[in-house]
Amino acid sequence: MAGTGKAHLRDRAETLVRVEDLVMEFPAPGGKKVHAVSGISLDVAEGETLGIVGESGCGKSTTAKAMIQLPPPTSGSVEFDGTDITKLSPEELRQMRTDLQIIFQDPISSLNPRRKVGEVVAEPLRVWGPSDKNEQRVKVDTMLDAVGIDPDVARDKRAHEFSGGQCQRISIARALVLEPRVIICDEPVSALDVSVQAQILNLLEDLKAKYNLTLVFIAHDLAVVKNISDRVAVMYLGKLCEVSESNELYANPAHPYTSLLLGSSPEPDPLATINLEVVEEADLPSPINPPSGCRFRTRCPRATELCERVEPQIQKVTDNHYVACHFPLVEVEDLDETAVSALPQHEGK
Amino acid sequence: MESRGTVGRVDRKILVVEDLKTHFKLPAGMVKAVDGVSFDLKQGQTLGVVGESGSGKTVLSRTIMRLTLGNNVHTSGRVSFEDRDILSLSNKEMQKIWGLEMAMVFQDPMTSLNPVVKIGRQVTEHVRKHLNVSKSEAKATALQLLKGVRIPEAEARFNAYPHQLSGGMRQRVSIAIALACGPKILFADEPTTALDVTVQHQILNLLNLQQQERHMAMILVTHDLGVVAGRTNDIAVMYAGKIVEKAPTWMLFSRVQHPYTEALLRSIPRTNQKNHTRLSAIAGRPPDLINPPQGCKFSPRCPYAQDKCREEEPTLQAAQSDEHQFACWYPVGTPENKEAFEKNLAAQLPQTLAFAEGKVVDESVIDNAVALSGGGS
Ligand SMILES: Nc1ncnc2c1ncn2[C@@H]1O[C@H](COP(=O)(O)OP(=O)(O)OP(=O)(O)O)[C@@H](O)[C@H]1O
Ligand SMILES: Nc1ncnc2c1ncn2[C@@H]1O[C@H](COP(=O)(O)OP(=O)(O)OP(=O)(O)O)[C@@H](O)[C@H]1O
Ligand code: SF4
Ligand code: SF4
Ligand SMILES: [Mg+2]
Ligand SMILES: [Mg+2]
Repeated sequence: MAGTGKAHLRDRAETLVRVEDLVMEFPAPGGKKVHAVSGISLDVAEGETLGIVGESGCGKSTTAKAMIQLPPPTSGSVEFDGTDITKLSPEELRQMRTDLQIIFQDPISSLNPRRKVGEVVAEPLRVWGPSDKNEQRVKVDTMLDAVGIDPDVARDKRAHEFSGGQCQRISIARALVLEPRVIICDEPVSALDVSVQAQILNLLEDLKAKYNLTLVFIAHDLAVVKNISDRVAVMYLGKLCEVSESNELYANPAHPYTSLLLGSSPEPDPLATINLEVVEEADLPSPINPPSGCRFRTRCPRATELCERVEPQIQKVTDNHYVACHFPLVEVEDLDETAVSALPQHEGK
Repeated sequence: MESRGTVGRVDRKILVVEDLKTHFKLPAGMVKAVDGVSFDLKQGQTLGVVGESGSGKTVLSRTIMRLTLGNNVHTSGRVSFEDRDILSLSNKEMQKIWGLEMAMVFQDPMTSLNPVVKIGRQVTEHVRKHLNVSKSEAKATALQLLKGVRIPEAEARFNAYPHQLSGGMRQRVSIAIALACGPKILFADEPTTALDVTVQHQILNLLNLQQQERHMAMILVTHDLGVVAGRTNDIAVMYAGKIVEKAPTWMLFSRVQHPYTEALLRSIPRTNQKNHTRLSAIAGRPPDLINPPQGCKFSPRCPYAQDKCREEEPTLQAAQSDEHQFACWYPVGTPENKEAFEKNLAAQLPQTLAFAEGKVVDESVIDNAVALSGGGS
């Protein structure tokens, strides 16, 4: 399996999380495989927010869940603070879980609507936390307060009595209660109204500063991801296209797919130029039978025979900007054509 | 976009809506889902209807189209479509209007598609049902329509079932059906909300293209101001069952008058802002439509709210020009608005802090304030 390279990974000393060559395959009917994630490498520095964007089905959630071993990936490593957590025993992994928490898109269904909010937030403490009930309660109250919910009002109410935005805050409080170092946020604002979305984004920024959190933030809305992220990774069909400091990515997209995404993003500005020409829809490739070479080639306006044959490797654009494309949209520092053509041929379809 | 396709042509008003109310009777009381909406729409024009979840966008479109809303519904006001009084027509008379003159595209294309019938046949049958044509003519028309909505390899896909198509392709088929009989007005209710951005972009372009080619009127309903920004002639912003601001699209964005519109615009992150830009937030949540707050329904969340707002409900009035209307006592950009803001900031009103500094405020604070002030229940 040809990976897309690791040129973008930083020195281990600078990062808290390091994912290498992550592969996740699921069985599909007829003995086939869903190639959900195919050789992704990513790292996150302590206190940083890494955004992950890409269309539905590109493997964002699969990547996020594999990062906390829920379920463990087919292959690849996930290092947290220097330890490869894919190699831990179940008991060791259990200990490690307190440091890595995840929140999901649909707070209402992930909260158990019939339980009392106080219990919901205390849940992780019963497994991992102090056994002292008073201590538990103090922690729960502190966290509810931190997410802007009055513990005295909320404690004995049930989750279904709260709005979507409040439920998302409660699920953030639950993720925080074990004082994790990393929180993975899988589309935490996608189901919320815009007016509520801003509150949650601001809240995450505040909590990150207050508790020195490291965040992985997944969304399909490019503007939301830019707002909250320091660094952004663009995914397409189980592969990484581009990784960059976020302002740089939006100003100078190097990958044709990033550029397509940015051009499609609806901007609330009547003077923004809309490319009205694009009407056709390409047939989307399936992760069961992904295209050879560059997986984006069936939709890429720049694709050539090389793209069909050879998978592009991640290369440096600038210090904080990397792209996996044979013909990037911006000048690349050390593009080595001979290295590219010398690559082993992809096994093809 | 403003005058494209209208030069040298005097367009008639094809839809006039006056003081439309749609209320639902529930054991707990009346849900005033649409509560006194008025607007008109000219042939060939596109109106965007924007608002948060529950603001009444869907109920408004369904009421105008006379689609079922349940038997606990009470409707009043007037809807005049091509000089016919829609609310007084019988269902039989409506049958001659649905599909032929008025059509609807829904968020979920499966609302209008049959999962067990091949798509070619669905379009063909729709054409035959409404237009007096032979079977082979209908089939040819259906194929033309599928090509028109840019289904790749339409001939080959003629015999596909809906589940064999992507979400975007299915939406194209439902658009083909909606357009089959050349409707004079098309309602599109969140037609792209469930789709990926790239597909959303294509479908919106397709709708724009068809609307212009056919000189059709269109009402585009969405919660996303980005979707309507470059694509509509006018925008109506709905809040709690009412239009709170309505203006030509460019004017709405550049001379926003209503605090709710302003707050919506400022709470949306944008790709041209630097990362970590603090967002203005709208504190609180949309009101309970059975017991809405007294006075202006936005007052519990409005950063500028004054006593007058909590007592007396503002009605739509014209701004500098008649085409721009808003309902607010302290419109954005006026000295009175500035004064109200400073007063609220000094008083540390939670919704004003949320708006000004992006301060995180819990909804219950706002809810409690409403309850204390006697609004709501
Ligand atoms: N348990 C599973 N079994 C089989 N296929 C799966 C499973 N989980 C995910 N997949 C497939 O893996 C691919 C990636 O899915 P994933 O949920 O990670 O995408 P995503 O980027 O999170 O999409 P979305 O934006 O829709 O949430 C998809 O094709 C999906 O259908
Ligand atoms: N049959 C009904 N009985 C009672 N209340 C109803 C009924 N249908 C709609 N409502 C209420 O009317 C209000 C307006 O609903 P509507 O579906 O029009 O909102 P919307 O603006 O389309 O929201 P969304 O963006 O979520 O689609 C909501 O509060 C809803 O709960
Ligand atoms: S490698 Fe080729 S097909 Fe892939 S994005 Fe670059 S130009 Fe397009
Ligand atoms: S009337 Fe008052 S409360 Fe309502 S929007 Fe205007 S300023 Fe705000
Ligand atoms: Mg997902
Ligand atoms: Mg709706």
